This record gives sequence, C-alpha cells and structure tokens, in this order.
Amino acid sequence: MQRLIEGSEAIADAAVAAGCRFFAGYPMTPFTELLEHLARKLPEVGGTCINAESELEAVGMAWGAVATGARSATGSTGQGLALMQESFSEMTLAGLPLVIFNMSRGQADYFQSTRGGGHGDYRHIVLAPMDVPEATELTQLAFHLADRWRNPVLVYGDYLLAHTYESVEIEPIDYGTLPAKDWAVDGSAGGSGKSRLVSSLGMSKDPKRSVDPESLWKDVAKRHREIEATEVRVECGFTEDAELVVVAFGTAAKFVRYVVRQMREQGVPVGYVRPISLWPFPYSALAEAAERATRVAVFEINAGQMIDDVRLSVLGRAPVVAIGGISTDASGFGVGRLLDTEIIRERIESALKGQEVPV
Amino acid sequence: MSTDTFLPTDVPPTRPSHKVEQLKPDLLLHTNHHLCPGCGEPLVLRELLEVVTELGAAERTIGVAGIGCYTAFSSAIDLDLIQALHGRAPSVATGAKRMLPDRLVFTLQGDGDMVNEGLQEVIHTAARGESITCVLLNNGVFGETGGHMTSTTVIGQRTKNTLEGRDGSYHGYPILIGDLLAQLEGTVYAARGSVHNAAAVASTKRMLRKAFESQLRGQGFSLVEVLTMCPTGWFIPTADGPGYLDDVLGTVHITGELKADGKLVTTAELRARSQERARRQSAPGQEAERV
Amino acid sequence: MADITSRGTVTIATESCKGCDLCIPACPPKVLSMSEDVNAMGFRYPKLRPGCTGCGACALVCPDFCFEVFQYEVPVTHGAETR
Repeated sequence: MQRLIEGSEAIADAAVAAGCRFFAGYPMTPFTELLEHLARKLPEVGGTCINAESELEAVGMAWGAVATGARSATGSTGQGLALMQESFSEMTLAGLPLVIFNMSRGQADYFQSTRGGGHGDYRHIVLAPMDVPEATELTQLAFHLADRWRNPVLVYGDYLLAHTYESVEIEPIDYGTLPAKDWAVDGSAGGSGKSRLVSSLGMSKDPKRSVDPESLWKDVAKRHREIEATEVRVECGFTEDAELVVVAFGTAAKFVRYVVRQMREQGVPVGYVRPISLWPFPYSALAEAAERATRVAVFEINAGQMIDDVRLSVLGRAPVVAIGGISTDASGFGVGRLLDTEIIRERIESALKGQEVPV
Repeated sequence: MSTDTFLPTDVPPTRPSHKVEQLKPDLLLHTNHHLCPGCGEPLVLRELLEVVTELGAAERTIGVAGIGCYTAFSSAIDLDLIQALHGRAPSVATGAKRMLPDRLVFTLQGDGDMVNEGLQEVIHTAARGESITCVLLNNGVFGETGGHMTSTTVIGQRTKNTLEGRDGSYHGYPILIGDLLAQLEGTVYAARGSVHNAAAVASTKRMLRKAFESQLRGQGFSLVEVLTMCPTGWFIPTADGPGYLDDVLGTVHITGELKADGKLVTTAELRARSQERARRQSAPGQEAERV
Repeated sequence: MADITSRGTVTIATESCKGCDLCIPACPPKVLSMSEDVNAMGFRYPKLRPGCTGCGACALVCPDFCFEVFQYEVPVTHGAETR
C-alpha cells in the first residue's frame, strides 16, 4: 500500500521490514524523527528502542544487541556519530553487522562516512540514497550487506531526506540467503568447550591463536578488498558522449540529475555520475566517464570532500572543478539556497564554459 | 617423622578421599594466563565461574569483558563472551540483555574501566534497572598500564603518577562507586567484597551468588565490587599484597553489603561497624557496656 | 616424635606457580612452605608438610590455579605411608 509519509518514517518502516529489532539513539537534529518513529514502531514488532543517555551508550547498546545476532542499528547526525567512532572502528574489527544512519547537516560528513573518525584500518560500506523511495530500498540493503560481510554499513541521508514526505510502499525485499550467524553470542554455548567470543582484539578461544591481532587485521583488510570488488553501486547518465560530467551524491544528486536531463533535452552535452555507494567509491565508472569528457564538475553541499575521490578517479584525465559549496539555512541544520535547480544549472553552464565558480 | 619432611603433591591421593577444591573451575578452558604473580583478579574469576556452574546457568550466560588485565581471560573462559571497549561494558550488556532477557548477563570490569572511563555508563545502566550484574575488580590502579592513579585510588596511595601518594587537594578524592550505585532505585543488590584472604574470597562468592540470583529473578541491577591485589601496580612484594589491600584500600573501600533486601547501608556505616568490631576484639571485657 | 595427622592433602601444579607466596600465610595449619628450587619459569613453589586439614584455603587464594584439595575419608597419621 502506497502511503505519503515522512522520510524518517519510511526509513524506520524499511528497517523494521528488514528485520531490525534493536535501535538505540540519542536525539539530534535532523536525525531525531528517525529515533521517534523507531521508538514507536519497534515495540510493536517485539523489538526494543532505547533512548540512550548518550551517543557513547547508544552505540554500546547496539554493539551488545548485534553481537547476539539480532539485526540492530544506531544513528545520529555527524556530530553524534563523531562520538561513536571508536566503537564503529572496533565493531568493524569484531566483524559486527551494525547498521548506522547519518541524517547529516548538509553533506559535510562525507569524510567522516567514507574515511571514518576512528582509529585503525577500517572501512564501512556507505550507501547514499537520493530520495525517500531509494532510502527504503537501501535501508533494507544495508541490513543485508552488513550480515553478508559482517561489517558495519552506513546509510548517509540528510535533513531533506529525513523530512521530505513522499509516497512509498514498503515491503520486505529479499536480497538472497545469508550464511547462518554461527559466530553470534547467544549465551547457549557455555561449558561446551565451544563457547563463542566476539572480539575486536584478535583474541580467540583457539589456544593456537588466543591473541593474534595481525591475522585479524589481515582478514579485515582482505574482507574490505572483496567488498571493493563486489559492492560498487553507481548511476551514470549520458556519460558516453558528455563533454562535462557532473558528479553528485545523495539528495544533491537528485537535483543535479534533474538539471542534466533538462539540459540534455535542450541538446547540451552534459552527463552525470551519481555514486550510490560512497565506499566502495565508483572509481572505475568515473574514470571511464572522464576518458571522454573535457571537464568534470563536482556538486556537493560542503567545502569540497568527495572531490578528493573524484580526483583520484579521474587521475588527470580531465580538469576537475568544484561547483558546489557550503550552503545552509539559518539554523545550520537544514538546506541552503544552493540546492536549487536554477542555481545548479547556472553553475553547470559556467563549468561548461570553463569559468570558475565561487565555492 | 619430622615436619620438615615434604609430602608428594604431584598426583592425587590413593587413599579414600573426596575432592573439595578443583584445580580450576569447570568453565575455565585452561589455567595458563599472563597475569602477574600475586594478582587478585584470577581469584574472583574462579568464584564467579563456580557460581555460574552452581546456578546451572552455563548454557544461558553471556559475559561482557571490559578492558584491563582480566581481558586476557576471555580466551580461556568457557562462556559466550563479548569484549567491549574500555568503559562500555554496561551498555553492551544492556543491548545483549534486552535481546535475550532470560540470559544471565554480567560484566567484568576494573576500576579504571568502570569508575574512570565508563562511569556514566554504569550509573545509567543501574538507574535504568537493567537486570544485569556488573562485577568490578577494584585494585585502585590502572594495572595494565603499569600502576597509575584511578578514580578509586585512596588518599596517600602511591601510584606512578602520584609518586608521593594521592593528595586530595591536588589529585582529588576517591569515588566510592558501591555507595553511588546502591542509592539508585534501579539497583537491587550492591556489595563490596575482597580477596585478601580465604574467608574474604568465600564471602565474595556469596555476594556473587546473591547478585546473580537477584538478576535471574529479574529484580534489577546488581553490583559486586571486589577489592583485588595488584602488587605490581602497588610496587610491593607479592606476599605483602593482602596486607596492603587490607590496610590501604580496605580502610576506605570497606567491605560488606551496601544494598540487599531493600536495605541500604553506607560505607560510612560499614566503617563504624568494623571499628566497633575492632574495639570489641581489643577490649573484650567491655563488650557488654558498648552494646 | 608426636604423630601428625593429615585430614586432607593437596596436589600442587608446581610448573604453573608464579611464586607469589599467597598460599603460605593463607594456610591455617601452616603446612605449606616455599621450595628452595625453582620451576621452569624460575619461580619457587609451595611444598606440603604433614598436617593438612583439606580446608581449601590455598586453592581460594592461588592466582595460578595450582591447587587441588582433597579430604581423606579417614585421617592419615604420618609415620608410615602418607598418601
């Protein structure tokens, strides 16, 4: 059944449809509504939602829940997620399939999402939906990929995604079978000699490798290389003959796509690349698009973060220019004037002419 | 036969006998560990694992280990375990317990873990009345880093960063975590034990049992704080550990039950009781007058 | 000499011992004393003389899981066989 609902509610419904049964979070704009919806919806399906006393405690609770094998998630805004980073990096090492939601302020958390603010060698799969219907799919995919890879997956949204009402129908999506969670700690194996240990320290109950961080870190790095080879998601439009390729992600990409399609209808040789997975980043797709382009423009609502990955993809094949920038409402939480199709069109036209765009 | 004659102790006796203490608890996979000589932490572990066995709870128990010397035991304990980050064990235990409410869930934390890094976590967990048991191994130092001051280090105690002894006016004062948690409504049982002698170990075991039993009845949060020797972190010979514990930590963090059966007893009251006992012992003839 | 009675006995895993001495004062009948020799790790370890009561105090205070404690069905008076 199609329903006109707020993005936060749609994401909450999608999480429940994916089998999420535990959520802990701490209120923070513009993430708060996701917590509110889950606080109402999870108990209805026998799940638990805790309004944690702090972000540190929220991620700790999610750690305990996900370690028992339950599909579990936490979330916040970038500022709150900054407090959780130590746990995120260690949960990655511990192989825990946590799902993380970032309803960010603007798009300023690209670095945090893709590089992480924590310690050590770790990566998260990062999915960036452009609108509410896609968010309901990617939310369910996030839980699937987390279980498939035993790795945290972050869903990167923003103020607009969290608060826009769109008509959606949310049904459970079958992404295929997954291996049994034989690693999960459910308390039943005590005294068997085969009790389990969820450890981020490289410890195990196998006396031959009771402490072996090097092997653990190598295993994690190997897992991340496999994810890089398998889980790239990207949408490309008109790149086969585009003189200018515009790169954008998340809600900004939906605006860019609209403008590029409009310009194409009018015969302007522009195209777009929309990374859906921010990690692994679609380096190859972008490199291929840049091969034929004379210029690559990046539109992101921040001072220039994804542009680093774009430059790494293009590797000098074409000039890379920034056409986005910092843009916010007076509160600092919401959407600024830059997210506007007319302004985006002006900036794309400037880039086509080789003009500098003030960022 | 002289008392200087030593008896063989390499094999069990051949005469009819029964075993009263096992080499190791059933729930310990092996006895190898790298903790220092004279450490008090393995003594608590032994009693804790024995209580789990005696309660018949081995197949429904989840342990959450914090970060400290005791973390090394997580590869040897034959229970389902989660290793938490430093300070975060009560929250991790909360998540596990909420998903599996019929399990016995305990944390194993040191004073650095619980009272320094994770103080708010344990307070909030107790306030929420989570039916979990937090076990605190309190030796008043960061043992793993080599003997540094924690929030439970007592006034006058020498540590690597209080070389002349903890000075309240400069380093601040110790936190009596048991008192702090006992007063919260969500806490159903709180006790402070010790392992400086066999009687104290036996008493600590009774505290662990009462805490776990209260949890299994679903009554709320429980804390068992145990004072443990750390001769390495105290910079004293191993043989002096029990005496130092009794004289230094034990005179501030007084042992006894702080909350049981709805009754709250403060550390100050426990101190007054222990001083009263000491007076009676030193002057038994005046006992009648004082009572 | 007066006969000494043992109501119990212990086994000692001397190779696990780290020589902390905690069992020595913990033993109520004071029948444990540290060896002159050292084990493979270089630690002295406890040795048992007659008079053990099988109380188990040594096991309770041993950080290295060295003791197993037994109580005899019939106390043993030392002088003849002792185990």
